[in-house]
Amino acid sequence: MTSLNAKIPDGPLAEKWTAYKSGCKLVNPNNKRKLDIIVVGTGLAGASAAASLGQLGYNVKVFCYQDTPRRAHSIAAQGGINAAKNYANDGDSAYRLFYDTIKGGDYRAREANVYRLAEVSNQIIDLCVAQGVPFAREYGGLLTNRSFGGAQVSRTFYARGQTGQQLLLGAYGALSRQIAEGNVTLYNRRDVLDMVLVDGKARGIIARNLVTGEIERHAAHAVVLANGGYGNVFFLSTNAMGSNVTPAWSAYRKGAMFANPSFTQIHPTCIPVHGDFQSKLTLMSESLRNDGRIWVPAKKKDVERLRHKDIKPADIPEEDRDYYLERRYPAFGNLVPRDVASRAAKERCDAGFGVGSTGMAVYLDFADAIKRKGHDTIDALYGNLFQMYEQIVAESPYETPMMIYPAVHYTMGGLWVDYELMTSIPGLYAIGECNFSDHGANRLGASALMQGLADGYFVLPYTIGNYLSAEIHTPRFDPSSSEFTIAADGVTDRLKRLMNTEGKESVDHFHRRLGKIMWEYCGMARNEHGLGEALYLITELRQEFSRGVRIPGGLNEYNPELEKACRVADFIDLGELMVRDALQRKESCGGHFREESQTSDGEALRNDDKFAFVGAWEYRGRDATAQLHREELQFNAIKLSQRSYK
Amino acid sequence: MNFTLKIWRQKSAAEKGGMVSYDVSEISSDSSFFEMLDTLNKTLIDSGGDPVAFDHDCREGICGTCSLYINGRPHGPVKGVTTCQLHMRSFKDGETIHIEPWRAKAFPVIKDLIVDRSALDRVIQAGGYVSINTGGIPDANTIPVPKERSDAAFDAATCIGCGACVAACSNAAAMLFIGAKVSHLALLPQGEAEASRRVQKMVACMDELGFGNCSNTYACEAECPKGISVVNIARMNRGFLGAKLLSEKEKAIRDSL
Amino acid sequence: MNTMLLFSSITRKVLMALAGLFLVTFLCVHLGINLMLLKDDGGRTFSEAATFMGTNPVIRVFEIVLFSGFLLHIAYGLLVSAQNRAARPSAYVCANSSDTSFMSKYMFHTGVIILLFLVLHFIDFYFIKIGLAAPPPGIDRHDFYHRSLLLFSNPGYSAIYIASFIVLGIHLNHAIQSAFQTLGLNHSRYMPAVKIIGTAYSVLTAAGFSLVPIVILLFK
Repeated sequence: MTSLNAKIPDGPLAEKWTAYKSGCKLVNPNNKRKLDIIVVGTGLAGASAAASLGQLGYNVKVFCYQDTPRRAHSIAAQGGINAAKNYANDGDSAYRLFYDTIKGGDYRAREANVYRLAEVSNQIIDLCVAQGVPFAREYGGLLTNRSFGGAQVSRTFYARGQTGQQLLLGAYGALSRQIAEGNVTLYNRRDVLDMVLVDGKARGIIARNLVTGEIERHAAHAVVLANGGYGNVFFLSTNAMGSNVTPAWSAYRKGAMFANPSFTQIHPTCIPVHGDFQSKLTLMSESLRNDGRIWVPAKKKDVERLRHKDIKPADIPEEDRDYYLERRYPAFGNLVPRDVASRAAKERCDAGFGVGSTGMAVYLDFADAIKRKGHDTIDALYGNLFQMYEQIVAESPYETPMMIYPAVHYTMGGLWVDYELMTSIPGLYAIGECNFSDHGANRLGASALMQGLADGYFVLPYTIGNYLSAEIHTPRFDPSSSEFTIAADGVTDRLKRLMNTEGKESVDHFHRRLGKIMWEYCGMARNEHGLGEALYLITELRQEFSRGVRIPGGLNEYNPELEKACRVADFIDLGELMVRDALQRKESCGGHFREESQTSDGEALRNDDKFAFVGAWEYRGRDATAQLHREELQFNAIKLSQRSYK
Repeated sequence: MNFTLKIWRQKSAAEKGGMVSYDVSEISSDSSFFEMLDTLNKTLIDSGGDPVAFDHDCREGICGTCSLYINGRPHGPVKGVTTCQLHMRSFKDGETIHIEPWRAKAFPVIKDLIVDRSALDRVIQAGGYVSINTGGIPDANTIPVPKERSDAAFDAATCIGCGACVAACSNAAAMLFIGAKVSHLALLPQGEAEASRRVQKMVACMDELGFGNCSNTYACEAECPKGISVVNIARMNRGFLGAKLLSEKEKAIRDSL
Repeated sequence: MNTMLLFSSITRKVLMALAGLFLVTFLCVHLGINLMLLKDDGGRTFSEAATFMGTNPVIRVFEIVLFSGFLLHIAYGLLVSAQNRAARPSAYVCANSSDTSFMSKYMFHTGVIILLFLVLHFIDFYFIKIGLAAPPPGIDRHDFYHRSLLLFSNPGYSAIYIASFIVLGIHLNHAIQSAFQTLGLNHSRYMPAVKIIGTAYSVLTAAGFSLVPIVILLFK
């Protein structure tokens, strides 16, 4: 049995990272040149890591499935990035950011990792500004902050509604510079399909060139996975169409543990699903909840009349509206954390008060805000979001309330990593959304960007040196060795098997079905019975997929259907693991709501005595059930309390 | 809604392509352009055909992956949106829709509607960044930046690198793409230090890659899904001239020119 | 490829713009002299001006500059157009329908028409002046006044002349503001004025040059 050692440095919480940095081993510049590192993914984490490692002098190979690194889905993040700068003079500090992140994650994250994240957050802002990221400024020329996602301090830096884009372009610039200087080699339009281990250490990858179909072998002294989240297991999510779990999943199959897979974040403010042909859900920034009021009709009769278009939302008088967040959570109102807001919306819709053609939507109303602050102010704050909404829905939020519904947005779970961000496979690292480490059971707004960049710019460049310092005598690997051949042949066989399935249905057909199962049984609310049902349905789906999928085209050509098939096959397996994880965690915490574990008034009920651990799953072969390992979470700096937003 | 689609099909870069006609029916007016193409592809797969290859990823108008030259316009008939944000309600029922890939010497076709836009990466690699290292950076508030400059820099920085400017330009010029990056960084004190070197290197790289010359028709601005202004091109021209006329020649630049 | 052409794409465009703007100012001088044709003094003023232009040493030097300007503008115009064509080797099936000023896409075409007119103009006047061609019978080599009256009294010639200047107006309308943009002089406050002045200048130039044959045809 593999043991889980998080390798957390000794000493007081606030000094752990400093102590680690002083103590970790370094690699001499001459030796760095002899060491190869593979980075998979070019989002905030991957691009920042590749750029920083290239700058240090390592030989870096970076892979992305997109045509250019700048397209990674970090680009779509809207809201902002947190940092404990305390520019607003409102009492912020690294400790407070740490505390809020741990609490927001419902006490299911590791103290030491989160503290380090809060600690390096300030450096991220300094670096990004120096890169030319145009953060919002005051007329005096200094940076401005806003409060985000219900935080009590203003610590969010933002670039209009395009913070992720601007940060990613900063990292992409840094990466481009390293590419130009020859320290980093870019491999675009590549799917990374397997990890190669030599003597138990990660030594390379197998990739498919998406244009030619060629199977490529790439060797290195260490491999860094930064392939993002797996929200697309739900088919409909706010992720990009190509976002996938495949690199992380191949690492899992090679022995890296997968932690807390069931922890997914459902974002409350997305544009509702409107039809069966739909391919994608669009997020409307959480900042909208600062001014919008969320409500549904209080009377069923109004719901009916709305659906038949007999009345307009504005016709419903104030007393017949149910501002359910303000009603249930008077202290935080519309600004409760994402998981709470999402569940409350689901509760109202399930009770039959939902609006829109499907009844699966609630109103986000700006009428009061427009009255109070004026049309122009609202336009300046949310103009681009309103436009985007109008483009998709063909209704103007200035005239009628927006309709929103929760959608899958972020996955807190991911590859298990220790304090050094190394997975349970030596030499294999996971950074950004694809690891599990910093957000516990729920992620706070504006902290995903922070984590991705913290890992890539300021953590990994130190911790990877500690490992590589022992590898300086290891010569470059020969990718024609038997380990690489076995892995490459395995990938080719798998692809051939998929191509030769003479089924009838498209890949999307199976993906849609998987998404429905996951959303229904492993979505915003989960229970023992439903999860059992899901296990059965997924097993059935897996069998049907292996017999019934149809992939046109050939192996050695540009074949998007084949790409999708590989991804969906992994999603099906991942789906099963998510369900198993949700089954074992018989408590409600953060984004994971077990109906069996709630208070009398329907609030989530955590069980710290039994479940204050990280659930890390070990792969045991195709036909065996994965095995759960527990990393007990120690809380020394923080006292556990039940979250309350009432 | 029903449509007749005339789509450019080309098996690979090496083979010749041509327009092929398809009919799609019962398309919801609420579906996006790509959801309409998804429907076509499902029909093609179900009937044993080869689905149409097109680039797409985020489907929310920000990643810049999607392209398509629709009825003579990059990203289709609606101003200020990418193809993925285009909805079928913007077309007439029964309309014939022509769909072609971006066309430029610098953007060779990979398959069907997919082109290779790595030329844009190459231009950025030539200097579209601030040459600073991770680490040792002074506090973010050390240098105040006038809000107006910061806002103008942001306007230029919203470029998503889709290449619509090149596709729209009658000369397949990339001046708006490069002008936007040059402006974004030159407007900020953080990027000003190497502005002269940057503009010269980026322009030299652009010339090398076979993009056309700017003849100020402003089709780029008209088709830019982010509405980036040609003022950025003028700013680049100004910066370039200034750099050429006033700055000492650096050896590195001379070598790269 | 770049070293072969000596200059970068932007520099070439800047040189074209500068040469173009120089030609624009020349047009103004030329128009002034042309309008003297209309003065009812039997061509005395016009001929004096023509003689001054033909003999003054400063003007003679400028004539060389002017020719260089023409050659530069034309040579770069052809070169840039050839490059632009090469930048899109396979054309779109569906013609571009972007929302742009229609004529801005036809600078090459209007330029070629103007060049053809220039050739004609040279044959009619300049070649005769420098003795490369024989003047029509009864008219002195240096007598531009009667030569002009004779030519413009031919309605066909006048039509070609007027049409050419309309094309020139179209060319100038885009060219003037385009030159400012190329030189980097696009400023949110001043650009609208540049555009208005550019358009006014092109209209006035086309109208001014066309006025001479019209008046001659109708009243002389």
